[in-house]
Amino acid sequence: MLEVHIQKQLAHFRLDVSLKVKDEIVVLVGPSGSGKTTILNTIAGIEHPDAGSITLNGQPYFQENRRPLPPQKRNVGYLFQDYALFPHMTVDKNIRFGLKNKNDQDALFLIKKLVHVLGIGHLTHKYPHQISGGEKQRVALARALATEPALLLLDEPLSALDQDTRRECQDELLRLHDIWKIPFMIVTHDLAEAKKLGDTLVHIKKGSIQKVVDPSAQKLNCF
Amino acid sequence: MNMTDYTPLLLSLKVAGISTIIVFITGVYAAYFLSRKKFWGKMVIESLFLLPLVLPPTVVGFGLLILFGKKGWIGSWLLEWFNIQIIFTWFAAVIASVVVSFPLMYQSASAAFNNLDHRMENAARTMGASEWKVFRTITFPLAWPGLLAGLVLSFTRGLGEFGATLMLAGYIPGKTDTIPLAIYFAVEAGQMEKATFWVIIIVALGFSTIMWLNWWGRRNVERYKNHSS
Repeated sequence: MLEVHIQKQLAHFRLDVSLKVKDEIVVLVGPSGSGKTTILNTIAGIEHPDAGSITLNGQPYFQENRRPLPPQKRNVGYLFQDYALFPHMTVDKNIRFGLKNKNDQDALFLIKKLVHVLGIGHLTHKYPHQISGGEKQRVALARALATEPALLLLDEPLSALDQDTRRECQDELLRLHDIWKIPFMIVTHDLAEAKKLGDTLVHIKKGSIQKVVDPSAQKLNCF
Repeated sequence: MNMTDYTPLLLSLKVAGISTIIVFITGVYAAYFLSRKKFWGKMVIESLFLLPLVLPPTVVGFGLLILFGKKGWIGSWLLEWFNIQIIFTWFAAVIASVVVSFPLMYQSASAAFNNLDHRMENAARTMGASEWKVFRTITFPLAWPGLLAGLVLSFTRGLGEFGATLMLAGYIPGKTDTIPLAIYFAVEAGQMEKATFWVIIIVALGFSTIMWLNWWGRRNVERYKNHSS
């Protein structure tokens, strides 16, 4: 369970959100510049809130007046917008980057499984600039999951893809979530995509939560 | 002219080589450290780093004499405690070379670090990489084209250093006569043939360095074009 209660002063408004996330897909949806990425960054430990707290499965990541846990020690996978694959490393090296021990058989087995599940076995010796957008997304997913995170953050994971690839990757994300069963937190500004992926939709505007919607409940309400 | 006397070439390469190693390590460290920190007075420090770029080399030489001269702040201390004299030695030429070429290395490294896509470093951190691993495997390799440009510029600047070297190391044939000094004193003594020889050598070295840098720069532009596609 991820619990986030944070406040942070941004350039044009104050970010102030409270969220509880179980092993579900939560989609943060809202216009650009509403503070969605900042929320992911504070959870990953790349930025820090001014006040509040962040805990994952009972472990404090951020507490007021305490030294925040560095990103290295947070068990969080992060899929950056445009993926941030390392351009000077092959796909294989990108995926293995987070391995603590290169001979860790369990970790190597997990990577094998990930590569198989995501269908990227034929790409392992290529460099990121030699593969397509959809393939990059799959590689980035494999890389983020290879460290066995307890939470996966995804910042506009599908925005760079064409419609068909996008639909395919949406299905892939849902399938992966079914297998991994950890909280996924996805940022998007595409409402249709949010509805398709999310167990819970959190609408954010100018740093505060406007409403929280359960799409499945909404569907039930229609009948 | 005794054409077998290559002392100035060997000495120049030795001075510029050692100076480049010192400048590369300190320049990269300073640029990396300052690119990550924001503090009051950072601009003053950066301006001080770049100052030798705009000062006449004689002023740099004068400052170094105040520091390393026999009665200088550091010089007198070294002489008293370790019986080491810096001025009028080849190492004085290294110090002069370090001071004048440091700004070039710092500037190149600083630009390289500031232009990096910091999401790459953050991605590495979220995967558990220590700060040292992030620097070694992500920051340094990605900044390498800029660092290499700084390295080459520092080397050539060290090779061509004259004013500060003359003030701190003097002209002692066989000991502190780097190529630029050899040219100056050859002309002064009317040995135009000798001067021409060294001029050709140093022009060839400088020209091939710039050619290589341009070629390398263009290659990298092409590489990044591929990356952004």
